[in-house]
Amino acid sequence: MGAYLTRRFLLMALTLFGMSVLIFVMLRLVPGNVADILVDSAGIVDPDEKARIVHDLGLDRPILDQYLYWIGGLVRGDLGFAFISERPAIEEIAPRIPITAKLAGLALFFSVILGVPLGVISAVRQNTGLDYFLRVVSLSGLSLPSFWLGLLILMASVQWFGMIPIYTSEPRSFIDEILLLSIPAAAVGFRASSLIMRLTRSSMLEVLRQDYIRTARSKGASLTSVNYNHALRNALLPVVTIIGIEAAFLIGGLIVTETVFNIPGVARFLVEAILWRDYPIVQNLVMLIAFVVIMVNFLVDMTYMVLDPRIKYAD
Amino acid sequence: MRTGLAILAGSLAAFVAAASPAFAQKQGGTLRVSHRDNPPSASPHEEATISTVMPFASVFNNLVVFDPKEKLNSPDKIVPDLAESWSWNADKTKLTFKLRQGVKWHDGKPFTAKDVKCTWDALAGRPAEAQKDLIRKNPRKVWYLNLKDVTVANDSEVTFELNRPQPSFLSFLAAGYSPVYACHVSGRDLRSKPIGTGPFKVAEFKRNELIKLVRNPDYWKKGQPYLDALDFRIVPNRSTRVLGFVAGEYDLTFDSDITFPLLKDVKDQAPNAICEARTTNVRTNLIVNREAPPFDNPKIRKALVLALDRKPFSDILSQGNDIAGAAMLPPPTGVWGMSTADLVKLPGYGSDIAKNRAEAQAIMKSLGYGPDNMLKVKVATRNIALYRDPAVILIDQLKQIYIEGELEPIDTTVWFTKVQRKDYQIGLNLTGAGVDDPDVMFYENFHSKSSRNYTGYHNDEVEKLIDKQSAETDVAKRKQIVAQIEGLLVEDAARPTILHLSANTCWQPEVKGLVLQGNSIYNNWRFEDVWLDK
Repeated sequence: MGAYLTRRFLLMALTLFGMSVLIFVMLRLVPGNVADILVDSAGIVDPDEKARIVHDLGLDRPILDQYLYWIGGLVRGDLGFAFISERPAIEEIAPRIPITAKLAGLALFFSVILGVPLGVISAVRQNTGLDYFLRVVSLSGLSLPSFWLGLLILMASVQWFGMIPIYTSEPRSFIDEILLLSIPAAAVGFRASSLIMRLTRSSMLEVLRQDYIRTARSKGASLTSVNYNHALRNALLPVVTIIGIEAAFLIGGLIVTETVFNIPGVARFLVEAILWRDYPIVQNLVMLIAFVVIMVNFLVDMTYMVLDPRIKYAD
Repeated sequence: MRTGLAILAGSLAAFVAAASPAFAQKQGGTLRVSHRDNPPSASPHEEATISTVMPFASVFNNLVVFDPKEKLNSPDKIVPDLAESWSWNADKTKLTFKLRQGVKWHDGKPFTAKDVKCTWDALAGRPAEAQKDLIRKNPRKVWYLNLKDVTVANDSEVTFELNRPQPSFLSFLAAGYSPVYACHVSGRDLRSKPIGTGPFKVAEFKRNELIKLVRNPDYWKKGQPYLDALDFRIVPNRSTRVLGFVAGEYDLTFDSDITFPLLKDVKDQAPNAICEARTTNVRTNLIVNREAPPFDNPKIRKALVLALDRKPFSDILSQGNDIAGAAMLPPPTGVWGMSTADLVKLPGYGSDIAKNRAEAQAIMKSLGYGPDNMLKVKVATRNIALYRDPAVILIDQLKQIYIEGELEPIDTTVWFTKVQRKDYQIGLNLTGAGVDDPDVMFYENFHSKSSRNYTGYHNDEVEKLIDKQSAETDVAKRKQIVAQIEGLLVEDAARPTILHLSANTCWQPEVKGLVLQGNSIYNNWRFEDVWLDK
């Protein structure tokens, strides 16, 4: 196990290095840089002023120099300065991480807490009215774009309650914050919960037809015990995989949700930074997201071992 | 017409507000404003966008300002700000300001004439070594081509020396884009957390989230501002902004954020909201690459001008509220623009569109084009609805004169790079004027020394006339020269104007003392007279 973990961590480091090169190169392949945009915002086309900005930001240095400068800083924990705000990138990024983390966590929580039990119910009650209803709901969850759902929620709130659940000022307490984030989290988590529900259902249906389930039933185990202790545990392996993948995909859903609900999180900030070609922000944020995705994958792999004792990672 | 009525109604409202007794003003409260996007920086001198001016103008003061109680900016309505008074010398080449004493920057340091000098030295492109980074981008450098020197007599007196008389110079100084900077502050700080002498101090500027300004307790206008704070919330999604306003989360919408199609929704859902329509002095115009085929041919440029039918643009895009005009904003809100009677005499402005187009078709046919041999061109524009929508209408109209346009939407980040490379045939652009003033319009957009003359337009006759009107002190004579220039620009197809845009700004009924100025959206955002009746 020790050697496996070592190998795994080395692979993680290699993946992160690959990501760093990829994001660095791809950003520079996109037409335009921050100087173009800064000049554009002033509505001017002055080559001298633009050249000075390019020089001040170090964008005229050789690409390799720029890469080494960034990656060297990153290793030392120095994320550099944001191009637009001219403040340390860490000061720009750090306050937004908890907001998005809470939103993503809440969305994932909603999707699991709804998706798994409803998937089980749907499988156990296969081809009943309840099953059909849940399948229609899950299909709509997969079909409705989260930005549309978000806007619908906002419009309904204004129309019926005369209020709007958007982030207008900093919440006063943790509870306030969770309440505020719960509606956007539900909007973004609806899609993931539908996916998890459908996968749990199909996985459960497959497991429920296995011999050992019949055996358990014939031995007189209660229905709840058979469904949850015997079937669900084995049906969860693909579900855990999809939860891991959804956790990574969630960032895409959060971009629109943070925009619609005006949440000052990392996802919206990343899009803005890409539009502004704010390289230090984009590079560091993408690296952070890559790190989170890699860690989630690692945790998913570790969860397999807990769920299925037959799985062992050999040295 | 509708805009005219709306402005008249607005003026009446402003008059009533101004006539209200002063004791009605209440202290306290936070004005919550929705903001459409991230300002590129907090430094008004470096930007050319309302996104910066609206939130940050209240951090600063000018030497002079357009009277904040007036609905229209004009040279005869300029009042003192940091300057107590001003005077011209006999030959109108020296403008001397007596400065207010006892004014302090937000960090407690005294404001002096040296701050004025260093600000305008930087703007004229000759900053002292210590202030080299004070202004990193200088989009209005051309305003100060005629500024020879700024001299300081003592801490409270400063003189602007001009090469020749320029009556517009005082209007430049009154613009929202002309605050005095604190020269002991770095350019970086001015861009991120500026200090000024204004009624509000910057408490927080969090990108993508908020701009929080708090009352300056040491403001030199005693008793002002009335508000405790200004809270600009950055809400990039317009639907969310409008819903937020309707739900009462914001007291004021971003300037001109409510389009005419949206106005009905707002009024339906928030019937008590006050919405004011006004011209913005932002115009939709065409940029024509006159250095490359096919528009290097003046005949084709003329045909292009004759093809335009402005009414459908206005009807489709603003329910008939955008107005036709040449480069300068026309009356009643524009001080210098041509009247309708004069405008219709210009090529392409006459009401007989069929006749104009027949003339354009004849030109095109003489060059070998026709229904079976259309001239194929690309119509480039920013990939933003505000630009794209009129471009689509333009393409439709060009078909009438045998020009087959293909829309080329350009990512907004590379728009000016493309324009700079002259990598376009014809483009659709939006141009805002910081001040309703001929010098601002003509020097910025049509003078060969301007970096904002995107098309590289150069006409010696026009430049001579620009200089002539600029030095003319008689307003009536100057207006005649301005009209002459406008005519030449239209004939030359130099950035032909399609329409001058109008839009609405809304606020909750408890917001008092707000005056929107009808001939430039960039002015009067100090918020020092605004109060909340709560």
